[in-house]
Amino acid sequence: MGLYLTALLQGLCFAGIAFGIYISMKIFNIPDITTDGSYTLGGVVTGVMLTSHQPGWFIMLAVIGAGAAAGALTGIIHTKLKINALLAGILVMTALYSVNLTILGRSNMPLLNLPTLFSALNILTDPNQNSLIILAVFVAALTLIIGYLLKTDFGIAMRATGSSEQMIRALGVNTDRMKIIGLAIANALTALSGYLIAQFQGFADISMGIGVVIIGLGSVIIAETIINWLRITSVWLSLVLVLAGAAIFQWVLAFTLDIGVNPNMLKVATSVFVLIIVGLPRLTSRNA
Amino acid sequence: MIELMNISKTFNAGKANEVKALQKLSLNIEEGEFVVIVGANGSGKTTLLNLMAGTVIPDTGSITIAGNDATKLAEYGRSKWIARIFQNPLLGTAADLSIVDNFRLAALRTKSKGLTIGKNEAFKKQVQEKIATLGMGLENKIEQPIGTLSGGQRQALTLLMSVMDECKILLLDEPTAALDPRSAETVMRTAEALIKEYKLTAILVTHNLKDAAQYGSRIIQMGEGEVLKNISAKEKAKLKQAELYEWFG
Repeated sequence: MGLYLTALLQGLCFAGIAFGIYISMKIFNIPDITTDGSYTLGGVVTGVMLTSHQPGWFIMLAVIGAGAAAGALTGIIHTKLKINALLAGILVMTALYSVNLTILGRSNMPLLNLPTLFSALNILTDPNQNSLIILAVFVAALTLIIGYLLKTDFGIAMRATGSSEQMIRALGVNTDRMKIIGLAIANALTALSGYLIAQFQGFADISMGIGVVIIGLGSVIIAETIINWLRITSVWLSLVLVLAGAAIFQWVLAFTLDIGVNPNMLKVATSVFVLIIVGLPRLTSRNA
Repeated sequence: MIELMNISKTFNAGKANEVKALQKLSLNIEEGEFVVIVGANGSGKTTLLNLMAGTVIPDTGSITIAGNDATKLAEYGRSKWIARIFQNPLLGTAADLSIVDNFRLAALRTKSKGLTIGKNEAFKKQVQEKIATLGMGLENKIEQPIGTLSGGQRQALTLLMSVMDECKILLLDEPTAALDPRSAETVMRTAEALIKEYKLTAILVTHNLKDAAQYGSRIIQMGEGEVLKNISAKEKAKLKQAELYEWFG
């Protein structure tokens, strides 16, 4: 059971990535893979600031700022230089590797015995259950903020930018600016996942972000399958499903390990799982 | 209201596929005029409309809109005066968003889209009342994604959206070209009623000579990037549809 609780905790930590990918991919229709870099950026900024004993709120703000800057950079390259979004993301992600290595100063930094977000509050004696409460509050706050944002006039304009660019430009929106802000928000959220994971695992690592984009994609695709299936239009429900997608994704991975699949094959299992979720609706609709 | 001075626009200058879309064109459109622009394909009608909207910036010449120099102003910078209806009914609305979300954005065309929730019950009621005037029975479907509606319904809604916020100029770019005859008539009637009610300055680009004869106060024929004919309101009243056909003969 402990394995599945840990998986749920990880899923909650990855909520930021899931929301980030939801915003870039579903709302803006931009395939953004700055993710790998901005996630690690969040982790290393957290690591370095924790070891230099900065206050917790300040670390979180710095992580949000760093992630937003990375995303905005991808956005600027994509919109102002008219470079394909995928390539723009790859360029920033590649450059971020060196930035992250410079910030961290080495390839791995342990954060054990440091006061983290998870030691800030001691409600329950079981550390995992205690973490669950802290994460649940954190993620609930995150969901509320994003849900509110998407409901505002600005949020409607954001959603319209991804749906019909020509229309929203005629309605007085600078779509370039909108995309830059959108990618900044998406990557700030991704960096927050790095912030949570680094503290949860107790270390920041230069390679922690490799292939992490698949977690966001998988979560969003799981959510999307359910959204299309049940024809959901509510913003709130969509966000909750994205969150559920992040948890389900981790549970499936935990289950894979639980039934004795070689951990080296975990990434294969991940890819196959995502392939199944994407492929299954298409196969069944072809038969129908 | 709109003043174009010596406008020239060449696409792909210096290349094999060079197109001189407009050549030293000058045109003055007064406030409250309803100008119909006709012309063969490639005559420069759409480029002219795009220049007014700001999707195309002229090589030379100047554009003044409502007394402001708008020559280099981007599309979103002109939206405070101009609302535009596209030929493709799918372009005027955001398909994934609900009807009421689309109207919310239209209501903010000249304003900033801020971090407050403006889509409240009062606003929804206002939208329902507006939509009810179309008589299409859409007033109870305002939470439905607008992409689920037909082209004619979307075009009619786009027209209504254009007057949700202060609007001085309405650009109609072959608004009925993709619609069946009945939807086309509904859309043109709605357009005329709104133009009258809100005293809009309107520019209609069309291939439909029946519409060209029936609507508008002035008619302009374009050809080879220039104004060939410019018929004032008085003469237009006498103009017969048959004579219009002869222009293209």
